Amino acid sequence: MYNFVYEKVNSVEEVEKILNEDVESKILAGGQTLIPTMKQRLASPSTLIDISGIDELKFVKDNDSSIEIGSMTTHYEVSSSDIVLNKLPSLASLAEGIGDPHVRNMGTIGGSISNNDPTACYPTACLSLRAKIKTNKREISAEDFFIGLFHTALDDNEIVISVEFNIPQKACYMKFPNPASRYAMAGVYISVFNNDVSVAVTGAGENGVFRWTEMEKALIDDLSVENAKSVKLSPEGIMSDIHADSKYRANLVNVMTLRAVENLI
Amino acid sequence: MPKVSININGQDLSAEVEDRQLLVHFLRDDLDLTGTHVGCDTSQCGACVIHLDGRAVKSCAMLAAQADGKNIITIEGIADGDNLHPVQEAFRDNHGLQCGFCTPGMIMAAIDIINRKPNLDEKTVREELEGNLCRCTGYQNIVKSILSAANR
Repeated sequence: MYNFVYEKVNSVEEVEKILNEDVESKILAGGQTLIPTMKQRLASPSTLIDISGIDELKFVKDNDSSIEIGSMTTHYEVSSSDIVLNKLPSLASLAEGIGDPHVRNMGTIGGSISNNDPTACYPTACLSLRAKIKTNKREISAEDFFIGLFHTALDDNEIVISVEFNIPQKACYMKFPNPASRYAMAGVYISVFNNDVSVAVTGAGENGVFRWTEMEKALIDDLSVENAKSVKLSPEGIMSDIHADSKYRANLVNVMTLRAVENLI
Repeated sequence: MPKVSININGQDLSAEVEDRQLLVHFLRDDLDLTGTHVGCDTSQCGACVIHLDGRAVKSCAMLAAQADGKNIITIEGIADGDNLHPVQEAFRDNHGLQCGFCTPGMIMAAIDIINRKPNLDEKTVREELEGNLCRCTGYQNIVKSILSAANR
């Protein structure tokens, strides 16, 4: 990998300082995407800011109608947290399906959403559960946070502090993992709130994660297999690659949606 | 250059590392702990799995500098003198390896699986081995070894 300067910090203020002084610097969270990317020489930050020493970014908090998760909480910690398992089991199972156990021991929720990989799992949970993403500067709704491929609303000197998820009546995440990478070839997170349903899709959209509003409309009156079957995702705007073309992928989204609905009723 | 203080296999050590040095290269090249293997360039194969503060991680997907202040156990650190670790024993008894290249990572992963999952069944073991590739055995005897070790 290209050379860089490694800096370990103990506070968010120190991160801000380095990000302000050095525009080529990058935050190192769990590193499970960034370090393999750097090994391939696909990224060459001048400075890596290791934030693993900032303890205030590691927590899971029960706020009654929501749960808040610190950005440096690992996938393993989310999947095994009693609070998450009790109040939002669909999120625990999402976290348990990311990558492999070794990746889950290092990778973090903040790293995942800040990277906004179009096939990552967490962005669906954020959109579907109408999460609030808290940064060192502001609160951003998930709807405004995920902008496009590997692109978020974060400014260059902004860092995710926590993610706050609303607790739905029920929710389910279904994914068809790529057999090699475990990233979603299609992932669908359905959340049912009082008189409202959200359906978020990952692994499929050419611009990354999205809310599938046609399906939401179909499911809002009655969460039934019949209603789910009445809507089909158009292959237009859906990714095509060596793993699956857009038509196949769109159908995978239909199938994952059906499975999630079957699981919820 | 960052300075690191690490406890490796029960021994404290301090060293200077290059900023970009991967932990696996620090272990192999600087400390001569060559039991930890590099099997791929893409952080997918799991031959480099070690324990960082008791949890299985890929030493090729982290920097040596990130290990400052941590406890590390490598494959060299699990046997008790001449007495093999129960998971090593189980791999030997069940022919859980052929060429042996993936074995250090398999065993470190297996110990972590057994620590985390009290009632292991075959399906769970196979799911949990997601991050470890073996090109010889077809996994059959690796799964058998881990199930056998879990009962020891």
